[in-house]
Parts: sequence; structure tokens; C-alpha cells
Amino acid sequence: MSTKQFLFSGFGGQGILFAGKFIAYKGLIEEKQVSWLPSYGPEMRGGTASCSVIVSDDPVGSPIVTYPDVLVAMNLPSLDRFEEKVAPGGMIFLDSSLIERDVVRKDVKVFPIPATKLAGENGFPTLANMIIVGKILKELGEYNDEGLKAALAKVISAKHADMMEVNRKAIDLGASL
Amino acid sequence: MADKVLMKGNEAIAEAAIKAGCRHYFGYPITPQTEVAAYMAKRMPKIGGTFLQAESEIAAINMVYGVASAGLRVMTSSSSPGISLKGEGISYLAGADLPALVVNVQRGGPGLGGIQPSQSDYFQSTRGGGHGDYHMIVLAPSSVQEMAALTVKGFELADKYRMTAMVLADGTMGQMMEPVSLDFEVTPPPEKPWATTGTEMKRKHNIVNSLSLVPEELEKLNIARFERYELVKQNETMYEEYMMDDAEIAIAAFGIAARVSKNAVNEARKMGIKAGLIRPITLWPFPDAPFKKAATHVKEIISVELNMGQMIEDVRLASECKVKVSLCNRVGGMIPSPEQVLDAIVKASK
Repeated sequence: MSTKQFLFSGFGGQGILFAGKFIAYKGLIEEKQVSWLPSYGPEMRGGTASCSVIVSDDPVGSPIVTYPDVLVAMNLPSLDRFEEKVAPGGMIFLDSSLIERDVVRKDVKVFPIPATKLAGENGFPTLANMIIVGKILKELGEYNDEGLKAALAKVISAKHADMMEVNRKAIDLGASL
Repeated sequence: MADKVLMKGNEAIAEAAIKAGCRHYFGYPITPQTEVAAYMAKRMPKIGGTFLQAESEIAAINMVYGVASAGLRVMTSSSSPGISLKGEGISYLAGADLPALVVNVQRGGPGLGGIQPSQSDYFQSTRGGGHGDYHMIVLAPSSVQEMAALTVKGFELADKYRMTAMVLADGTMGQMMEPVSLDFEVTPPPEKPWATTGTEMKRKHNIVNSLSLVPEELEKLNIARFERYELVKQNETMYEEYMMDDAEIAIAAFGIAARVSKNAVNEARKMGIKAGLIRPITLWPFPDAPFKKAATHVKEIISVELNMGQMIEDVRLASECKVKVSLCNRVGGMIPSPEQVLDAIVKASK
């Protein structure tokens, strides 16, 4: 009986929904029950985007994540909004190149990653999201070559197959941190 | 699970419709169901089907009337305000006894309301929606897999009973992705000797019409239609019971509310409270039987809804007012949390 609830949040355009989809697909490939629910309201137009992802050994009940075990905050408004919601003992992964303040909570594990900066320095400026995904997989003990390859093949359409390698690089970079 | 893909509920509906043999789709964009139309726009031209974005919802439903008259599987989809616009056409489909599928991915109302999930079109859907004495078969999915399966079922039932079937979903069900397998059996459409397919000078004209000016005849048509509705009630009522065998508190919920409630039931069980869930899958015909049975052994039925209390009336009727029925709800695009439902269960158990 294990269930992990993820909340990915940031600005529209940071690949929030994509990162969530990747985690969901990786779960599906590993024969877990999964759900993915995006925010689709007016906040999508210029404000914060978020998506709820649940990966579980059991059928997923409500797909809405209110108290995430894992929060990804890629901008300050997201951290401000969701920090207090993280389940006690949970994890916060934040883009420290965009968020200058520290996490206030003491009962959660915090992983500050200068993802946007690293992504720019390494020649894949749009893949800060996947650097964070790499770090998440490592911290959760979910980093494995086979699952990664299969999940990438699912989320990247054939039309964009050339993006496969660079996504993998970003994930590996995140996992190496 | 190798054959499963992650799909949005809206996309699953569209792909399932194609699998069911639907080659004609008419729609008009509205959040949160636009992915149905977008998917159809992409797929239909590739398989020799017709996707048409009509000039309005009213035009779209009347195009559905046209294709249904010709005996082909046809659908339209919209969200709450757009379904109101289709109301006249849906009534005409009922009056002409035409099979069709209408999808409503509900959002908060009334009026233009908001774009977040809601179940506030329960009355509109289960009572017919337009003018006149009629019903639609109303199917309420609570997973993406069911979005697909009930779409196929909707086409089959519509053909079998010459009725409009509605898939009644909500913004959450439409927008969420879950693993879905589209590998299911489809019953092909039956012969439709009434359809306007051209006489080839070999038979009399078929006339599809909802106009009947002689009251004696119109009365007969109405009565015959309701005899058919009785068969639907007998044969097609669907529901799921979860932990109801020894339940002392029962939740009544459909769609997204049922998923939230299932979490709450599990939590209540951990606390030693015997809670269970009755999930209507057909909202019309409403599954009376499990509620009648529950009324003999539960203390209270809690109707969990994303509206101000609509299905609760059917729950009261079905349980024949033999047990207390209470409401646990959020409205306007808000969704009850599992904690809110659990609180209601705990309160009822005391």
C-alpha cells in the first residue's frame, strides 16, 4: 500500500504539465495506478500553472492533490501558495534560481535546485523542469534506465523524437546533483 | 498494462466514439470540453468521417438530428451553457425517436457561470432538459476508462431504444488523464428500417418528424415511448456498490464526487466506522434498488454532490424516506474534499 501524491506548479511555459505527465507515464509503465489532473482555469492564462499527479499501488480515488507528498515549485507564487499544504514529512523541490526565499516549514525535506540556471548553462534552457524531475527520481529511489527510456518514449511524440536525448541529459543532470 | 495509454477524459470520449462507429461529429467549442472537438477535428478527416464546427450549439444539435434521421451513429458535445442551447434539439430528437449521443462536460452555473467542474445539470439531464414528456439515458462516468466505455455504451443503448443517450461528465473528468484501454467490443448498429436512406423506388417514403397534430395519435406515441422507457429501466440500470454489505452509513455519489467519497469511505473504515458507497452509473434510469436495500440497514444516507442538492431528491424517493438523507456538497466549481465527506460520515455515525 503505497501512494505518492505530487503537485507540480510554476508559470505557464515552464513545462509543469509535461513534467507531471512524465511522472505519471513512468508510474504507468511500472504497472502502478496513476492519475494526472491539470489546472485549466483562468490561472493558466499568465499566472501559475499546476497539475496533480498520483502514483499508487491501489486504485486512485480522488485525483485532486490537496496535501502533496512531493511539491515542485518552479516560481515564488507557487511556493507561497502550496508550501503550507505539503504533507508533514513531505518533500519540496524548488527552483532556487527563481525563488530567493527559503522554505519556512521545518517538517519537510527541502531540495533547492538552481534548475533554470543549470538548464541555461548546459544548453537546454527549456528543460529546467526535467532537471528537477531527475532529482525527484533520484531522491525517491525511482531512477532507473529502463523506466526512464520507456516513459520518455511515451511523452515525447515521434515528431519531436530529436528531443529525447536532451531530455535524458537534463534528467541525468538532475539525478547527479 | 502495456496496451494502456494516458488520455484525457475528453479525448477518451472522442476516440471511443470513433471506435463505436461514429463518423459524424458536430460541435461548438466551450471549456472544459473543447478537447472532444479538437480530437475529432484531427481524427475525422483521416478516417473518412465528418467533423464540423457549427455556427452555434443549436445548429450542431440539428445537424445531429439530420444524421440520426439517416440512421448513422452521430454525436455532439458541449458544456452546461451549450447544452441548454441544445435543449430544443434534444426534445425534437426525443419526439422523433432518434438515437444520438450528447456529451455534457459540466461546469458551474447557472448562466455562463464558471469553467470549473460541477454536477449542477443533474436535474436538466435526468428530467429530459427540453420541453415535453421524455427522458434521455444518462450515463455518469467516474474514470477516464468509463468515459470511453460509457460512450460506446451510450451509442449502443441509443440505437437499441431509439433514444438520445447523454454522457454526463464534469470538468475534472474531462481534463484528467488516466490509463485507458480502448480495446473493447462494440455492438454494431442494428438495422434501422425507419431511417431516411433513400427509397430507391422500392419502398414507401420514411418520414422522421416530431410533429403530430392529432391528439389521439400524439397520446399513443407518448404512451408507447414510455413503455419503451420501462424496458430501459428494467434492463439497463447500472450502479456500483462499494463496501455496502455491512454499511451503517451510506454515501450516494456519482462521477468525481464518487471518487472523492471512496477516499472518505476508506478513511472511515480505518477509523472503525462502517461506511459504504452507492454509485449510480445510470442517472436515468436511476438505480432505486440499492437505495431501497440500504434503507433497511443504514442509519443515514449522505448524498455527496457538486450542486445545491439535486440527486438527493432521487435518493429520497428511492429509499422511500425510510432513512435520514443528508447533503454534503460544494458548488460553483468547487469540489468537496475527502476530509469534508469524512466529517459528514463521522457526524452521521454519532
